[in-house]
Amino acid sequence: MERLRKYGFVAGFLAVPLTLYTVFVISPYAQAFQLSLTSWNGYSSIVRYVGLDNFGRLFGDEVFWRALRNHGILLLALPLTTIVIALFLAFLLNLGGGTRGAGMRGVWGSGFYRVVFFFPQVLAVAVVGVLFQAVYRPDEDGVINGVLARFGVAPVGWLTEPDLALWSIIAVMVWQAVGFYVVLFSAGMAAIPKDYFEAAALDGANRVRLFFSITLPLLRDTVQVGWIYLGIAAFDGFALIQVLAGEKGEPDGATTILPITIYNTAFSYQKVGYASAMGVALFFLTVTFAVLTLRTTRRERVEL
Amino acid sequence: MTHPGEITRRQLLRRIGMTALAAGPGAGVLSACATAGTGGGEPAATPSTSLPASADPRNPFGVDAKKALEVVIFSGAYGDAYAKEVHEALYKQAFPGVTVTHTATQEIGTLLRPRLVGGDAPDVINNSGPKSMDLAALAAEGHLADLTPLFDAPSVDDPAKKVRDTVTPAVLANALVTGKNLVLNYTVSHRALWYNAKLFAAKGWKVPATWQEFTALGETAKKEGILLFAYPGQKGPYYQLWNVLYTAAKIGGNQVILDIDNLVDNAWTAEPMQRAVTVWVDVQTKYGDKAYFGLDHTQTQIKQLQNKVLFYPVGSWIENEMVKDIPDDFEYAIAPIPEVTGADKMPYGAIQVGVGENFVVAAKGENPQGGLEYLRIMLSKEGARRFTEKTKNVTVVNGAAEGVDLPAGLLSAARAQDKAGQNIITEARFEGWYKELFDYGTEQINVVMAGRITPAEFCARMQKKADDVKKDDAITKQTRSQ
Repeated sequence: MERLRKYGFVAGFLAVPLTLYTVFVISPYAQAFQLSLTSWNGYSSIVRYVGLDNFGRLFGDEVFWRALRNHGILLLALPLTTIVIALFLAFLLNLGGGTRGAGMRGVWGSGFYRVVFFFPQVLAVAVVGVLFQAVYRPDEDGVINGVLARFGVAPVGWLTEPDLALWSIIAVMVWQAVGFYVVLFSAGMAAIPKDYFEAAALDGANRVRLFFSITLPLLRDTVQVGWIYLGIAAFDGFALIQVLAGEKGEPDGATTILPITIYNTAFSYQKVGYASAMGVALFFLTVTFAVLTLRTTRRERVEL
Repeated sequence: MTHPGEITRRQLLRRIGMTALAAGPGAGVLSACATAGTGGGEPAATPSTSLPASADPRNPFGVDAKKALEVVIFSGAYGDAYAKEVHEALYKQAFPGVTVTHTATQEIGTLLRPRLVGGDAPDVINNSGPKSMDLAALAAEGHLADLTPLFDAPSVDDPAKKVRDTVTPAVLANALVTGKNLVLNYTVSHRALWYNAKLFAAKGWKVPATWQEFTALGETAKKEGILLFAYPGQKGPYYQLWNVLYTAAKIGGNQVILDIDNLVDNAWTAEPMQRAVTVWVDVQTKYGDKAYFGLDHTQTQIKQLQNKVLFYPVGSWIENEMVKDIPDDFEYAIAPIPEVTGADKMPYGAIQVGVGENFVVAAKGENPQGGLEYLRIMLSKEGARRFTEKTKNVTVVNGAAEGVDLPAGLLSAARAQDKAGQNIITEARFEGWYKELFDYGTEQINVVMAGRITPAEFCARMQKKADDVKKDDAITKQTRSQ
């Protein structure tokens, strides 16, 4: 009786979330794997299995490789830039003021900056997209080009030059992400005991030395988490690119990424089977990335 | 009292078994998902999508007034008021007490694809917009009702006349999907170059009839800080793809577009196509502004309203689209594409006149008879005239716009059509047939116009993509002869 009560209790709690999880997460994944082996067009009542043909086609698909290349760039540039900027700002906000009285403090006005940095995080991606459309507008009515025009510089097609477009979008992604990581790293820095800094400062370490010898090593776990989050974010970017660059990853596919290619293949070209194969590829890419990152950055934890 | 921490490994495993059992009924929920129920074998036979006609000319399809009718409208440039306040009202008037369900959406495919696959189709579908559905794929599944009975039914206004004799002939040619009459195109649009007639009058400029006059005007306009030509590189590059295709048809005749639609070998690399791309790239280089590659259609259209752009390649819906922003010194008028070679197959004055705005009736819906009747009402003079009043766009119904107060731009289009006579440039149907090819074209047209590839490279790339489509067995092929 007692066992029944115990199990019944636990099962009762698990039933609803597990059902929801199965229906909305597990089953679409399973279906994507199933569909990737078919040539289904989204309407047909006959689902024809074509084995691994879809995956074979992926290898010869120029658009797929272009999307992968863009993912590669995003995967390197986005986490790296965001983390470097966020670390720098978090250091200034928390420890940049040096030792004054008891413990470390941030630069003057850091409370204000903390709020300002976090602002972009509050905006919805679509809002950010529309906002930066105005910023990047390719004629003199654009925010950046308007300023350039005053100095006699011809308007720059931030989003229409194939060599610039992806970087312009990465800049927006970094701008939006930095605030969150400043907060995350600030929390991490707050957890570092003040004595370490004081001791190091007594030994004559300057702020740069403090950062590289004390802050960074003790923040390793937090930075690692940030890296994985940003890596996963780099696999997305769908909404922002759709709004800013266009629904095919214009210009010339310079900003196309897998989710955009998948969306068009499935819903514009009615190749649901082939799109599912791309989805499966994306799934494995994301998992591989997470596993690799966790493996390569694993190290003995520093005991505080 | 037990504590959660006491759970052993074995207990945990057993509990997973239990929760799996608890999730058991949830498996039923999955049956609503994409692939559920689609795993069966070959269907026994294509379901019959044709309906017998009844004798009563006022109710030729034998509509049951007790059956509800569901109408789904794409709420784009035309809005959805014309359906709600005109056609649905007329339907209710014809069948007192009938229920009509009205849905307006901008995402037809997102809303309806799952419903069609799941066997819950609305009766009338206005298949338009960027999320419109692939009609060939729907036809292959027998989702679309045959419209032949509609075309053969007596018209609402004159029972002695069949519906097919009350509409412009292009309706019948464009009704075909994979060889069957499955789609009704309801509106007529005129596409060419659009300009500000009042500006031309004020400056004393003449609408250019030859390419020399066109580029000479470009020089004149340049001195006044006006661009000769611009198209929106964002969201609207297909306007320029159309423009290039129509220019090619003017140079080499409609056969150029027919060959492209029919995926004929080397259709894209044909001389008229190469020439058309070349002259437009030339105009862009000499008289264009690369900033427009990053502007969308609304931004570009506003620039034209500000007299910063002379010619804009678009269709006659532009006037209604911009109606709220048109200043007093602006009046839309249509200009045919100037003579390119001096020996173009089609003389100066040829414009594109085409039918558009797709309506289909679901064959497997609750009330296909009602769906056909709804379309018959749309094609009545009253239904068509009031559509024109609401949307300022003309319909395919002959003479239905008579007496309606049409705006200046639409009148100029009607006059241009009169002048063009038989020299009507045809529409390119691969836009609907082979969306992948069309989308690729809209991407590549920006590349060539920006000068990143040569016109010859553009044609070669398009040809390669067309060949790929031709080779792809998964894509249903269609052909046309006129």
